[in-house]
Amino acid sequence: MNTEINAKEDFKGYSEPALSLLKNYGVRVWSEIEADTDRGRFEGLVLPRSETLPGDHIVLKLSTGYNVGLNVAGIRSIEVKGYKKALYKIPEKEFPFDPEKPKVTLLGTGGTIASRLDYRTGAVIPAFSPGELFGAVPELADICNMKTIKLFGVFSENIGPEHWKATAEAIGKEIEAGVDGIIVGHGTDTMHHTAAALSFMVQDPPVPIVMVGSQRSSDRPSSDAALNLMDAAYAASKGDIAEVTVCMFGPTSDQYDLLHRGTRVRKMHSSYRSTFRTIGERPLAMVERDKISYLTTEYKKRRNDRKVTIDTAFDDRVAIVYYYPNMKPDIIDSLVENGYKGIVIAGTGLGHVNKPLYPSLKKAVEAGVHVYMTVQTLWGYVQMFVYDTGRDIMNLGVVPADNMLPEAAYVKLGWALGHSDDPDEVREIMMTPISHEITRREPIDGYLIMQGGLPEMDGFMKRYKR
Amino acid sequence: MKDQEYTALPPHLLREGKDADSSIDWRKLGFKSGLEIHQQLLTEKKLFCRCPAGIYGKEGEHDAEVLRHMRPTLSELGEYDGTALMEFRTRKQILYLLNQESVCTYEMDDTPPFLINQKALDIAVEIALMLNCNLVGELHVMRKQYLDGSIPTGFQRTAIVGTDGYINLRGRRLTILQLALEEDSCRELADEGHTITFMTDRLSMPLVEVVTGPELQCPSEVAEACELIGRLLRSTGKVRRGAGATRQDVNVSIKGGTRIEIKGVPSVRLIPRLVRKEALRQKALLEIRNRLWQKDLDPKGSARTDLVDHILTNTQSTVIRNALQRGHRVGAIRLRNMGNILSSKTVGGRTLADEVSGRVRVVACLDEPPYLIHRGTQGQNALSNREWRSIRKRLRAKAEDTVAIVWGPEEDVRIALEEIELRLLEASLGIPPETRQVLPDGLNDFERILPGPDRMYPDTDSPPVPVSDNRIAEARKQLPSHPLKRERRYLELGMPRHQTYFLAISPLHTVFDEAVTRGFSPKMAARLLVEERISLRRKGVNISLIPEDFYLDILDGLDKELFYREGTRRVIKAGAERSLSMEKPEKSTKKDKKKDQPEIDIKHILKELNFEPLKGEQLNTAVEKIMNTTDLPETKDPEAQKRYFMGAVMYRLAGRVCGETVSRIVEKTLRG
Ligand SMILES: [Zn+2]
Repeated sequence: MNTEINAKEDFKGYSEPALSLLKNYGVRVWSEIEADTDRGRFEGLVLPRSETLPGDHIVLKLSTGYNVGLNVAGIRSIEVKGYKKALYKIPEKEFPFDPEKPKVTLLGTGGTIASRLDYRTGAVIPAFSPGELFGAVPELADICNMKTIKLFGVFSENIGPEHWKATAEAIGKEIEAGVDGIIVGHGTDTMHHTAAALSFMVQDPPVPIVMVGSQRSSDRPSSDAALNLMDAAYAASKGDIAEVTVCMFGPTSDQYDLLHRGTRVRKMHSSYRSTFRTIGERPLAMVERDKISYLTTEYKKRRNDRKVTIDTAFDDRVAIVYYYPNMKPDIIDSLVENGYKGIVIAGTGLGHVNKPLYPSLKKAVEAGVHVYMTVQTLWGYVQMFVYDTGRDIMNLGVVPADNMLPEAAYVKLGWALGHSDDPDEVREIMMTPISHEITRREPIDGYLIMQGGLPEMDGFMKRYKR
Repeated sequence: MKDQEYTALPPHLLREGKDADSSIDWRKLGFKSGLEIHQQLLTEKKLFCRCPAGIYGKEGEHDAEVLRHMRPTLSELGEYDGTALMEFRTRKQILYLLNQESVCTYEMDDTPPFLINQKALDIAVEIALMLNCNLVGELHVMRKQYLDGSIPTGFQRTAIVGTDGYINLRGRRLTILQLALEEDSCRELADEGHTITFMTDRLSMPLVEVVTGPELQCPSEVAEACELIGRLLRSTGKVRRGAGATRQDVNVSIKGGTRIEIKGVPSVRLIPRLVRKEALRQKALLEIRNRLWQKDLDPKGSARTDLVDHILTNTQSTVIRNALQRGHRVGAIRLRNMGNILSSKTVGGRTLADEVSGRVRVVACLDEPPYLIHRGTQGQNALSNREWRSIRKRLRAKAEDTVAIVWGPEEDVRIALEEIELRLLEASLGIPPETRQVLPDGLNDFERILPGPDRMYPDTDSPPVPVSDNRIAEARKQLPSHPLKRERRYLELGMPRHQTYFLAISPLHTVFDEAVTRGFSPKMAARLLVEERISLRRKGVNISLIPEDFYLDILDGLDKELFYREGTRRVIKAGAERSLSMEKPEKSTKKDKKKDQPEIDIKHILKELNFEPLKGEQLNTAVEKIMNTTDLPETKDPEAQKRYFMGAVMYRLAGRVCGETVSRIVEKTLRG
C-alpha cells in the first residue's frame, strides 16, 4: 500500500508517454537530471506535472528558478544526478494572547485567506492555525485574540446545505462559549449563498458574524487577503453590527472594506477585487484597519448576552429557474417530475415568463410545488399587478417575492420548506423578512451603477481611485 | 576581414570604450560583467491581454488612478527575503495612473491573464534561434516577484523560450544564458516620500530579456556586447525602436566584491563610463572595508541614537531649519570608533556618506537631499562646531566615534537611523549586494537590495504552451542573416560605414540585396533605403507600411528616368500616405480592401505629383523660361549666381529633371 502511494508521489501528475520515459531512466519527481534532447541539453529538477495536462512533456525547474517543459519525443537520454525532495511547512509563531483584547473565532470552510507559497511547485499552502495566521498576518495580534476551527476544506462551489448547517451550529457553540465575534473564512464564488443561509439559520446573534475571503490569492504581493482579514477581524471584534455580514474590498484600490448584509450581498464580477456589492440597499459600514464607519443606523446592535437562535432545518429540493425567451414548459415539468418542492424563478422585468409556461406552472402549483417569482434584473421589486401577464401568472399560484435576490430566495425557500409543507405557512415564512431579504423601501441611492465614458464620470476615477 | 579585427562598435563608441578601458589592469582587478538586455517586441497587442501595445499616454492626462500596497509573501523558510522586508519597511503607497485606451482590468490585476500573445511568442522563438539557444519543448509562464510596485500584480509574468545560446564576440563565444519572453513593467513617474507614482501604459507590453554570461572582461567589451546584441535583435525588424524600447541592466563585480546590478541603462553610449566607475566604486568600498578592519569596531547593537532637534532650534543649516519649520524631527546616531569613515572617497567626488544617504533615502522614504549630514558636510547645510559638540555630548561620543544626523517624520527618522547603522556595518563586511540606478553622469545610486533567488514561482493562471517543431521551422525561415556578416559584405562593395551600419540592421536589407542583384547601383539603393528613409522618419512621416516592392519600383523608376533623384523623397512620402490610407479601416467595407483599392502604383503616384520627365529641347526651354522670369541675384560671383538659379529651377522642376543636366544648362545659359 505504502509503496503504491510512493509510486504515485514519485510520478505525480505524469501520464503516458512521460510516465514510461521517467521509469525507464529511473527518474522520479524531485530527481535532479541532465537531459540530452534534440533541442540541446537541459539540467534541472523534475517537478510534478498538473494532472490535467497531457503526458507529452516533463517539467523541469532550472537553477534560475524558471520552469520549462521538455518534449518526451525529443529526449535522447537522461542522466540522474541526485534527488532533492522539498518538504514544506508554514512557520508557526505563537499567536500572542492579550487579556485586554476581544476574543474572535475564525471558522474555516475551505477558502484560503492566508497562505504561504511553495516557490518550487507554486502550490499554495494554507495558513490556518492561529500560529500560522500570525506568521502570515502578524497585524492580527494588534486587533484581537484569535482561535481557529477548521470545519471542512471544500472549494466554494462545492458548499451546500450540509455545510451551512454545520457552520451555523459551530457559530452557535462559539457564541455560547463567549466569543466577542466570529469570522467565517469562505471562498468567494458562493459566499453570498452561504451568507444568506447563515442569516436565516443564525437568528439574533449577540455578536458580529463576518464572512471573509479573497479575490487575489494571498501568495500574491498585491493580494486583498491580508487587508480583508484584518478588516474582518476588526469588524468582528470591535464592530457593533451583530448580523451576518460579508467583509470584502470596497474599491479596487487598497483603501477600505465594505460590510454587506448577508441577504443583500452579491458577487457581481468574476475577478474584480471589489466584486461584492449590496443590492437595493446601502452597505452597512466601511471598515479600515483601525476604524469602522457606519453607513446606516438600521442594524441589530451587539449585545452582552449569549442568546442566539440556531435553526438549521432545510429541504434541498429547491431550484432556481433563470427564465429566457422561448423557454419550453418541459423545464418546469421535469423539475416537478423529479420531485422538486420549490422553484424560484428569476423572471424578466417586473417578474414575467412566457405564456407557454403557464399550464406547466399551474400543474406544478397543483402538485404542491411552491413557486416564487424574483427578478433577473437583481435591482428592483417584483410587481405583477402592472401588466395583465403578471396577474395571469399570479393567478396560477406563483408568489411574487418582492425584492428578494434570486439566490437569497432560493436559500430561504429551502429553509422555509424545512419548516413546513403547507403553502400558506411557507408563504408566511417566505414573505416575513428575517434579515432585510425583503425591504419595505428602496433607498434612492440603492441602485447606483455608474457608466464609464459619460461626461459626468470624467475625473471621478481619478479623484476617488475606484 | 577577420572576426578579431571587426567590431560592432560604431566609431564614437569605440573612442569612449578605449577611454574607459585605459590605465586599469582589468584582469588583475578581477573584473567580470554580464548583461540583461530588455527589448520590446513589435506586436499590435500586449502579451497577456488584448490592449494595444505602444500607445503612450501624456503625463497629467490620465483617466483614472488606483492605489495599492505590496505585501511581502513568506518565502520557503517562512522568512521574508531581504528585498521584501526592506520594501515593506518603506510603507509605500503605490499610485497607478491609467489611461482608458492603453490599459484594461488585466493590467490592474482585476482580471486573470488571457492566453499568451502568439505573435510575440513567434518573434521570441526567432530571436532565440538567432542567439543559438536551445529551445524549450514547452513554455511555462512563471511569476517573478517585484514588490517595488512596478507591476500591479506584484509579479512579472515571464517564460523561458531558450537557454544556453551564444554569440560570437571578439573572436570567442559569449554565452547567452537564457532568453525569456515577458511583460513590461510600469514607467515610474515620481518617488517622493511615501508615495511612488507609476504610469501604466507600457505595462504588459511584450519584451524579450537576453541574459549573457558574466564573461565580459573590460568596459569597452560590455558596450560592444550590448551594441551587438541590440543590432541582432533589431535586424529581425520585429522589435520596437525609440526611447525606452531597449533597456539594459549591467551586472558588475570585481575580485573580492559582490555582484552589483545597475538597472535600466538607457543607452549603450553610457555603458563604458558607467561600468568603469562602478568597478572603481567597488574597489574603493573594498579599501574602505580594509581600513575599517584596522579599527576596533563594536558589534551591532552598540549604536546610540537620539532625537536632537532641540539642540538645533537656532541652526544655520538650511535644510535642518526648513525641516524643523515643517515640524519634522532630527535624529542623530553615534557609531563607535568609525572615525571620519563617512568622508572616505569612493568615486567621482563621492564619499561613503553618499552610499549611506542613498539607502536612507529609499528605505526610510526621506526626500530632502542631502538626506544625511555628518562632520564632513560642507556648505549651507553644515552644522556649526558648537552644534556638533552638543550633539556629540548628548550621544556620549568619544573623539574616534562617528556621528551623523537625519531629519523627517519621527517614524521615518527612526528607520533611517537603524538603516545607517546597518549600512555602516555592511561597509565593514565589503560591498552589499544591491540593485543600483544609473545617474546621468555615469555614476549610480542605490535603488534596492538585490533580490534573493526565491522570487520565482509558476503562474497557475496560464497553461503551458508547447513550442512545436513546426513553429520553430517557421521561425527559422524568417531568420535574417547575421547583420555583421552582412555589413562586412556591404563594406566590401565599397559602401561607406555610415550606410552599411544602418543597412545591415535594417529589415530592408533584403530589398537592398535584391536591388543589387537586379543590377541597380548599390550607392543609389543605399541612399534610398537608408538616408532618404531616415530623413523622412525624422520629419515624422510614417513610412512603416510602405510595401517593400515599392522601393524596387522607385529604383526602377530612377533607372528608367521616369523621374529624377531630387524627387525621391516626395515619391516615398506619397507612397507612405497612400499605404496609410489603404490601411485605414473606415475605407474597407466588408469587401476585401485589396480588391477594390489600387495597389501602390509608382506610375500613378508620379502622375499625381506631376513628375513628367523633361528632356532635350523641352528641358532647355523650361530652364530658360524659369531663369528669365527669376529676378537677378545681387551677387556677381559666377558660382553663387549659378547656385541661385539652380535653386530656382530645381524648386520648380525637382523630380522631373536630372540635376546634372540642369546644372549644365544653367551654366551654359549664364555664360551665353
Ligand atoms: Zn489590457
